[in-house]
Amino acid sequence: MITYIIRRVLYAIPILIGVNLLTFILFFVVNTPDDMARLHLGMKRVTPEAIEKWKADHGYNIPVAWNASAKGVDKITETIFFKKSISLFAFDFGFADDGRNIGADIRERMWPSLAIALPSLIVGLFVNITVAMLIAFFRATYIDTWGIIVAVGMMSVSSLFYIIGGQFVLSKLFRLVPISGYDGGLNAIKFLILPVLVGLVGGIGSGTRWYRSIFLEEIGKDYVRTARAKGLSELTVLFRHVLRNALVPILTGVVVVIPLLFMGSLVTESFFSIPGLGSYTIDAINSQDFSIVRVMVFLGSVLYIFGLILTDISYTWVDPRVRL
Amino acid sequence: MSFPFQFEPLWTDWLIYLLLVLVLGFFLYVSGKEHLCAPWRQIRRRPLAMSALVLLGCYISIGLMDSVHFRKELPRADTRQELQYDPEVLSLLDVVLERLKNNVERTYSAPFAAYAFNKEMVEGPDGTKTRVYPRLKYGGAHLTNPDTERGPDLLLLVGERAIFGLVIVVLFSALVILILSQKHQTPPGEMARKVFRGETETAWRAILFTLGLLFILVGIAASLSVKYHLFGTDKVGQDVLYLALKGIRTGLVIGTLTTLVMLPFAIFLGISAGFFRGKVDDAIQYLYTTLSSIPGVLLIAASVLILQVYMDKNADAFASVTERADIRLLFLCLILGMTSWIGLCRMLRGETLKLREMEYVQAAKTLGVGNQRIITHYILPNVMHLVLIAVVLDFSGLVLAEAVLSYVGVGVDPAMISWGNMINSARLELAREPVVWWSLSAAFVFMFVLVLAANVFSDAVRDAFDPRLRGR
Repeated sequence: MITYIIRRVLYAIPILIGVNLLTFILFFVVNTPDDMARLHLGMKRVTPEAIEKWKADHGYNIPVAWNASAKGVDKITETIFFKKSISLFAFDFGFADDGRNIGADIRERMWPSLAIALPSLIVGLFVNITVAMLIAFFRATYIDTWGIIVAVGMMSVSSLFYIIGGQFVLSKLFRLVPISGYDGGLNAIKFLILPVLVGLVGGIGSGTRWYRSIFLEEIGKDYVRTARAKGLSELTVLFRHVLRNALVPILTGVVVVIPLLFMGSLVTESFFSIPGLGSYTIDAINSQDFSIVRVMVFLGSVLYIFGLILTDISYTWVDPRVRL
Repeated sequence: MSFPFQFEPLWTDWLIYLLLVLVLGFFLYVSGKEHLCAPWRQIRRRPLAMSALVLLGCYISIGLMDSVHFRKELPRADTRQELQYDPEVLSLLDVVLERLKNNVERTYSAPFAAYAFNKEMVEGPDGTKTRVYPRLKYGGAHLTNPDTERGPDLLLLVGERAIFGLVIVVLFSALVILILSQKHQTPPGEMARKVFRGETETAWRAILFTLGLLFILVGIAASLSVKYHLFGTDKVGQDVLYLALKGIRTGLVIGTLTTLVMLPFAIFLGISAGFFRGKVDDAIQYLYTTLSSIPGVLLIAASVLILQVYMDKNADAFASVTERADIRLLFLCLILGMTSWIGLCRMLRGETLKLREMEYVQAAKTLGVGNQRIITHYILPNVMHLVLIAVVLDFSGLVLAEAVLSYVGVGVDPAMISWGNMINSARLELAREPVVWWSLSAAFVFMFVLVLAANVFSDAVRDAFDPRLRGR
């Protein structure tokens, strides 16, 4: 097990290097730091001095990948590639364009993201599996048919409509919950109800359909027939046998996203003005702050790979046949 | 021969024509082969799928009409003058909807309204100024007293069109039944009964019902939209129905061209990885694992940001706003394609790994058939069902993604008419008092119908083509 994990972590290194190179090429080679400076200072009538000053202020006034004027190791270390890209591996994220420390911002903003994403995931999972179980229990009846029709209808609606509709009906018409915003501590709950609810409604269509197909696949297997033949009730079959075996495909989809919960959701957070990492990214996109977007891309892939490793480990936990 | 207009296709137009040719070629190819027709026949039997197909066909024809771009010739004072063309690029749809396009009010107005949404200072005939809701320039302009006349007028228009449409639909259905009875050599009465009971091989009842409903609705909408703004007007007074119809092309382009640009990569890399294994497989796997480890939205956001900077830098390279928006749309498709080919590539790799060990491939190899021929003639035809399923399943997701991305600010050009941009502006409109709800509703209705039809149809395609589901 330990050796397996070590091996997986080692496998992750070349992938992260690839991600790093990709972002480096995107952000520094396709567009040079000069372009970035010009973008921030206004496109036209920018003096070369102003560009040099901006670059010096933000640490871009060194060669991109190879510093010929420096000595020894500095030839490599005194470059944008080393200072801005390689440093990501040490989780040294540097500073945003407005001079704030990105690392500190991320540490502060990931908690609101988690506070909204974790309940959404748990509630969504619970409701989706329950509904899918119910539909699977009534399979091949009108309840099944109509359940699927409603599910397809619900997944055909853009998530934006659920958010706008939810805000409009619950907050504006009935004034049940605040329309958007966030507060620390327990006060946060009233701000979280609406986003979680909207996330639940928005995801129920595709979720139910997905879990239903997993359950139906399991129900068609031989061990289910055996269990029925032994005289077990349909409910026992479903919950004791089918649900347990369906956990393996369910886990594949769920565990991998758990680390990514820290990243938050771009759309939800910006609609509900929750000061998480999602709205942080959106703000960075809108103000064209490349350093933040770059860090988020890197962080996202680190967390994703971490999620993949977690998924493998969780298999051993639900399926005793799997040994790592 | 000279036309009074100049054909001016955009980049995406060319790709759409290419796609159209490919689809037509595919159907010609399939129609001659019995074993390839079988799954399609299964789809034809499903009423829901056929209704969805009719709806999709309607959207696609509007999208195609909107993909024929040209510039009109400017009137010349005398014939010796050099020919000049209007700088504005129009599409065929613009010409059809000319009245909708040009009936521009001053600002917001509600659906079917005859009065403006905001009060304005109006100078009376005697010189006194009062703040009233002024009459609209086009909406309900034919009425002298909107308060009392509007209701009966609307009822009359709707009723007249509905009856007219119903008659046409009945006649059309009778014609279809007659043709069918000729083709199957059954008496027309018998055929009509079969159609209405839904016992025909192709689900004609669903097709006729959907077509009829569409025809009547379009007829009513067409007659109403001449005299009123069916979905109101937006902030700058443009008819929302027009915007929603123009949004169709954007949605379709994102949904189809993305797959078109990613397909060659996915097929080539997926099959090579599975077929050659070893180093090639390692390299391709590394490539897609790296790309897939970056969360999709972030990769798209980063790429679009870079694109934005690049386009700002080379702003002079684009002749018009339309062209710039079009190039950006094309790049958005490319970028979306970059993130969406991975799933298909992985699937094709797995399938090829399985197929290359099959006996018929081994036999071909022993007989000395070259690698290239094995791939194109032995493997490719047997993975095409996966490609087809992936294409239709991706479509609806991509249409929805366009809206979200436009909202995030990394979607289509703000100057481009799209449902995403309509929803985006609706956020501010909903905060107004009274609420401006119509442009959101229009985007919602048009998008929902398209995505629903695509979902239903893609389910039918998957059921028919996936060998695991076949015969269930």
